[in-house]
Amino acid sequence: MDGLIILLPIALFLGLLGLGAFLWSLRSGQYDDMQGAAERILYDDDEPDA
Amino acid sequence: MSDAARPLLDLTPRPDPAFFVRTTPQGASRLDLVVQDMHCAGCLRKVERGLNEIAGVEYARANLSTKRVSVRWNPALATASDIVAKVNASGFNAVPFDQKLLGAMDEGEGRDLLRALGVAGFAAANVMLLSVSVWSGLVTDMEPETRAFFYWISALIALPAIAYAGRPFFRSAWKALSHGQMNMDVPISLAVILASAMSLIQTIVNAEHVYFDASVTLLFFLLIGRYLDVQAREKACSAAQNLLGLRAAAAYLIEEDGSQRAIAVEALMPGMKLAVAAGTRLPADGEIVSGQSDIDTSLVTGESLPEIVGPGHHVFAGTMNLSSPLVMRVTARDDETLLAEIVRLMESAEQGRAGYVRIADRAARLYAPAVHICAAATLAFWLIMGAGLTTSLTYMIAVLIVTCPCALGLAVPVVQVVATGRLLRRGVLVKAADGLERLAQIDTIIFDKTGTLTFGKPSLANAADILPADMALAAALAAHSRHPLAQSLAHHASTPLDLTDIREESGMGLEALLHGETIRLGNRHFVGAEAGADHSGSEIWLRRGTSTPVCFRFTDHLRDDAAEVIAALKSRGLEVELLSGDREPAVREAAAALGITNWRAEARPDAKIARLQTLKAEGRKVAMVGDGLNDAPALRAAHVSLSPASATDISQNAADFIFQGAGLASLVEALNVSRQARRLVFENFALALLYNAVAVPLAVAGFVTPLIAAIAMSTSSITVTLNSLRLNLASRKMV
Repeated sequence: MDGLIILLPIALFLGLLGLGAFLWSLRSGQYDDMQGAAERILYDDDEPDA
Repeated sequence: MSDAARPLLDLTPRPDPAFFVRTTPQGASRLDLVVQDMHCAGCLRKVERGLNEIAGVEYARANLSTKRVSVRWNPALATASDIVAKVNASGFNAVPFDQKLLGAMDEGEGRDLLRALGVAGFAAANVMLLSVSVWSGLVTDMEPETRAFFYWISALIALPAIAYAGRPFFRSAWKALSHGQMNMDVPISLAVILASAMSLIQTIVNAEHVYFDASVTLLFFLLIGRYLDVQAREKACSAAQNLLGLRAAAAYLIEEDGSQRAIAVEALMPGMKLAVAAGTRLPADGEIVSGQSDIDTSLVTGESLPEIVGPGHHVFAGTMNLSSPLVMRVTARDDETLLAEIVRLMESAEQGRAGYVRIADRAARLYAPAVHICAAATLAFWLIMGAGLTTSLTYMIAVLIVTCPCALGLAVPVVQVVATGRLLRRGVLVKAADGLERLAQIDTIIFDKTGTLTFGKPSLANAADILPADMALAAALAAHSRHPLAQSLAHHASTPLDLTDIREESGMGLEALLHGETIRLGNRHFVGAEAGADHSGSEIWLRRGTSTPVCFRFTDHLRDDAAEVIAALKSRGLEVELLSGDREPAVREAAAALGITNWRAEARPDAKIARLQTLKAEGRKVAMVGDGLNDAPALRAAHVSLSPASATDISQNAADFIFQGAGLASLVEALNVSRQARRLVFENFALALLYNAVAVPLAVAGFVTPLIAAIAMSTSSITVTLNSLRLNLASRKMV
């Protein structure tokens, strides 16, 4: 039973961390352009300007 | 094309981008552009790189979903024109986006729902984790103290999460109740609040069962449906706004000292003098002061031939100046123009549609009271039977959860999302949320002619009768004019010719020299031809020196698949009518070619509305398909309305559907999908009712705990969702 005292807060903390990350990504507009995000990965920024 | 044509083409006016620039609190300038031809990663990169190269640009980000680019820059180092020019230089067509258009829509709704969804998801996962431990603990060796501890933690997670994530439902339920109405959100809110409140009491008295898990999971699933619904709507809205933004324009005011400056259309006052370049729309009603030109009035009258105007002529806002620059004096304020009158006509016409109640709301009106009576009866029954308050409450909540209109709540939005997606792939935008439902009901369809059944542009009809040499000469000369007939003729150009001394006489025609011989291209009087038989279209004459003039006849061609589409609509049991503002011969000819027996010509906007009202009084459900400004009031007055993407902005605004492409086939597709969607919605309701018919008696009898009820309810939601997805399967097979 003592294990719970440690494990529960850890589990909740991790869950909250996930929620926090989600809310942050939402706030920074990462869900505003789902289509663009999928395409942007194809950018090859190392390549010098053509 | 010879050099003489170039300066004319460079006159192509664009709205002054400086007009749409806003200043951020940090003092930077901000401009949003619509770049419609941006399709891939390469385009994004080209646009963003190009903008970042400009000195002073702090931020440039392209959004591929909305096809907009947002730019922020230091106003001291660059101007709005630099920004637009840079995007255009990289091969795209950038048009400033008018932020005023955004006022109509609540942009944050989707984000709010997503945030609520995230919170509900987090709470559902964690409460479920604790609940599963408790369930296994109930059959093993969990001590009551540990269980109570778990329940308290569940309460700590679930209650704030429910209070936050449930707000969209609570708010809507409250709004309905305070207006003395019922909607789907009332039973949902009631079930969630009751389950949470009772669970809290159970936790305090340290009882064996609590139902935080059920209420949080319920919210989570419902929010998914709600989010999908809003997303589909926002997507359609932003596409429609982009189309509108493309037409944003300003007027050019001529000051006392003769200088010109851009001015907002709303700021125009009677007496102001305006310059109207060739190829632009007139910004206000007024009188011509100087200049001679052709005016395309098709927006207002539906007439396909341009009108010739000169000093003293009265002209209307929204009509297009075709051939040469004009100076006009404003006679009516922006809100008093003919255009504004049409808008007012539209607003009054809209009342005709207000009576429509969406299927889901009609179901809710019957369903919600039934649920509440059923739940209350269960509580009363078990109390009378002496079951104790806790047990009776538990049974009542089980009834509320079992009957929860989840499946009903999902039935309509899921079908709508799938149907909208399928139509979007076929180039049809669904603008009104309930447009599909209304389209499925129609029994009569009315078409406008110019621009809807036809392309709205004249094209050469007698090309076969004309000698190639005459054709080449006429086409080469026609390339120097903006007149729609000439522009259409110019497409037939083959070899460049050495034309000199080209001049255009407004409203008459073009004259030029070819190897010393005078060439004239224009109307019958201009070339001195004799009057011939009148035909439904329009004509241009060519005269080489003193030889016999050659006639080029034009007609506004029907869209390629128009006849097929009309036949297909008839075979689906619809009555087809043609209602046009154009002259009678042209309308009669089109109606005959399409096999439409019921047609009317020279119908003004108010006549169109009158016809719609007659049909409505006969109990018909009418769909209107039109594109012109003169159709806009009728589009609003009809039961449901569709517009091609080439339509005027006001018509697109008024229409429920916008279809793209050169053909009309997407109309039949939209009708098919809407009818299929309607069938699926009813199937879904039947599924949900069937499930209730089995589960409710069990719940009333007390055989179902809230947990089992929640699981059963989710199963019915999944069944309904899967059923809706069949609409997509059907479209895959067809492709």
